[in-house]
Amino acid sequence: MSKVLMKGNEAIAEAAIQAGCRFFFGYPITPQNEIPAYMAKRLPQVGGCFVQAESEVAAINMVYGAAGAGARVMTSSSSPGISLKQEGISYIAGAELPCLIVNIVRGGPGLGGIQPAQSDYFQAVKGGGHGDYHLVVLAPSTIQETVDLVRKGFDIADQYRNPVMILGDGMLGQMMEPVEFKEAKPRRLPPKDWATTGWKGDRPRAVINSLFIDPQVLEDHVNRIYKKYEEIKANETLVECYNCEDAEIIVSAYGTTARIVRSVTEMAARKGIKIGLIRPITLWPFPAETLRSWAQRDHVKAFLTVEMSMGQMVEDVTLSIDGLKPSHFYGRTGGMVPRPADILAEIEKIRGVNL
Amino acid sequence: MAKVFQKPESLTDKPMHYCPGCTHGIVHRLVAETMDELNIRQDTIGIAPVGCAVFAYDYFNCDMQEAAHGRAPAVATGIKRVHPDKVVFTYQGDGDLASIGAAEIVHAANRGEKITTIFINNAIYGMTGGQMAPTTLLDQVTVTSPYGRKAETEGYPIRMSEMLAALEGAAYIERVSVHDIKHIMQAKKAIKRAFEYQIAGKGFTLVEVLSTCPTNWGMTPAESLEWVKNHMIPYYPLGVKKEAK
Ligand SMILES: Cc1ncc(C[n+]2csc(CCOP(=O)(O)OP(=O)(O)O)c2C)c(N)n1
Ligand code: SF4
Ligand SMILES: [Mg+2]
Repeated sequence: MSKVLMKGNEAIAEAAIQAGCRFFFGYPITPQNEIPAYMAKRLPQVGGCFVQAESEVAAINMVYGAAGAGARVMTSSSSPGISLKQEGISYIAGAELPCLIVNIVRGGPGLGGIQPAQSDYFQAVKGGGHGDYHLVVLAPSTIQETVDLVRKGFDIADQYRNPVMILGDGMLGQMMEPVEFKEAKPRRLPPKDWATTGWKGDRPRAVINSLFIDPQVLEDHVNRIYKKYEEIKANETLVECYNCEDAEIIVSAYGTTARIVRSVTEMAARKGIKIGLIRPITLWPFPAETLRSWAQRDHVKAFLTVEMSMGQMVEDVTLSIDGLKPSHFYGRTGGMVPRPADILAEIEKIRGVNL
Repeated sequence: MAKVFQKPESLTDKPMHYCPGCTHGIVHRLVAETMDELNIRQDTIGIAPVGCAVFAYDYFNCDMQEAAHGRAPAVATGIKRVHPDKVVFTYQGDGDLASIGAAEIVHAANRGEKITTIFINNAIYGMTGGQMAPTTLLDQVTVTSPYGRKAETEGYPIRMSEMLAALEGAAYIERVSVHDIKHIMQAKKAIKRAFEYQIAGKGFTLVEVLSTCPTNWGMTPAESLEWVKNHMIPYYPLGVKKEAK
């Protein structure tokens, strides 16, 4: 297939449809409104169903019902809406239901703003809702990668029976880039013989549930889920290392911020400073091993994490490099985007201290 | 010997955990008998609430989903949109449906979701130990209205059936009681009719069942049945509130 020029949000929606998603439940919020609008138009054309729910709370519970009924289903929202969805997300994780949740992050806290941000990192990767669980969190940095990760996200969700989140930002959602919808080779996925489809007696009775009143049974249930997480860590961790081979300073960034840092590496090179970029593509599972292995190299003197937040992913970077090298942070927040010159200035400052 | 009484096939063998004199069990049986009679057990997906009936997924002998507190109508919407040919019902208490889940029930009804809601109005939060519900009667004492519910501060008991009947999407709404045999028979008829309306694709259907909670009302089972008759029915009039053509 040839490339088409598409807005990030619309590309997400089209990619979902091409991945076989036929059900979408959502509630309007900027800056992700193009996703539900696209779904409302396209889903009826392909035999699917779009419902504008009365709230994000209802939307995520519709996702719960549809996922429990065996469908490929998604929802999308932006920060305040994702906060409302947290109870439902926890139930979905507890009941081990597959679905895709898109968060086109905007500045916070509270009503915050509508400009791009990365300040929902903690919420996305550390739980967000109550209880012991993780989402698989995918952080694309181009529209092409977004499209590829949407399909992969649905597959990961189905394979492990776990909710998957695409963590984007307003910039990614709103910009236009050429994309190709590739024919992906399908994964071998387990049958959804656990779904509520009407019980004819040819399988155990399906019960979608996250209540286990006996503490030992609940502990066993959570332990089983955490075994699954170990498999996910081993099989699905994705990271891009760029220019790290002889880097003095490694900058970690994801999503939109990683694009900016990539341009900084060239600016730095012109000044004779060797900068590498480590770009986690899965924020959970986090590519801790990769970061640690670079931290062990002698040529790497320091790490800098750049985010559109007050510093959230930096905590995982610091944990990963485990004191082997100094860990610095630079960020803008509230919808402000870090400028390449300011990142470079930060790098020069660190270089003065560490080298 | 001919069998004169047997457990409906639509109930599992699991012993129910309800308190003595609680009418949740009676309503379960009525729903199960309806599923048997309409021969829909294999095509029915039920949704259990958060409340005393949370374990309904262990009692109804069909595919079941357990929903978050109040969200059963949203969960039902998701299921019904995926399987429009299946019968989908929610079973919800008054805290679940009329308080935390008020938005979900109103909008499911307004969209005309082709589901059936069995709404257990026992004028109290049973599961959490007897707190005030939106349906708690004026002057009724609960652990969170220890001086009796007062209209000035707690508002009035909410008549959900009448409220929902005002919505265009609602196809069949009836309030029934299960305090004696005659009323149990009427309740059964209403439940069956609601399921039939759903199967006919007419829209949203709901049966509100006035129910007892002897444990948290601090009454004997017999006193509880009398209280439904003498206090609940006068405020919550029985009958069909909406019947679409
Ligand atoms: C979000 C949330 N809030 C509160 C609770 C606690 N809770 C469990 S059951 C219940 C009330 C149930 O009352 P009702 O719906 O009337 O059902 P009943 O037990 O009377 O049948 C509450 C408040 C919960 N489980 N989840
Ligand atoms: S607490 Fe009340 S509603 Fe719950 S089972 Fe006991 S009697 Fe029934
Ligand atoms: Mg109650």
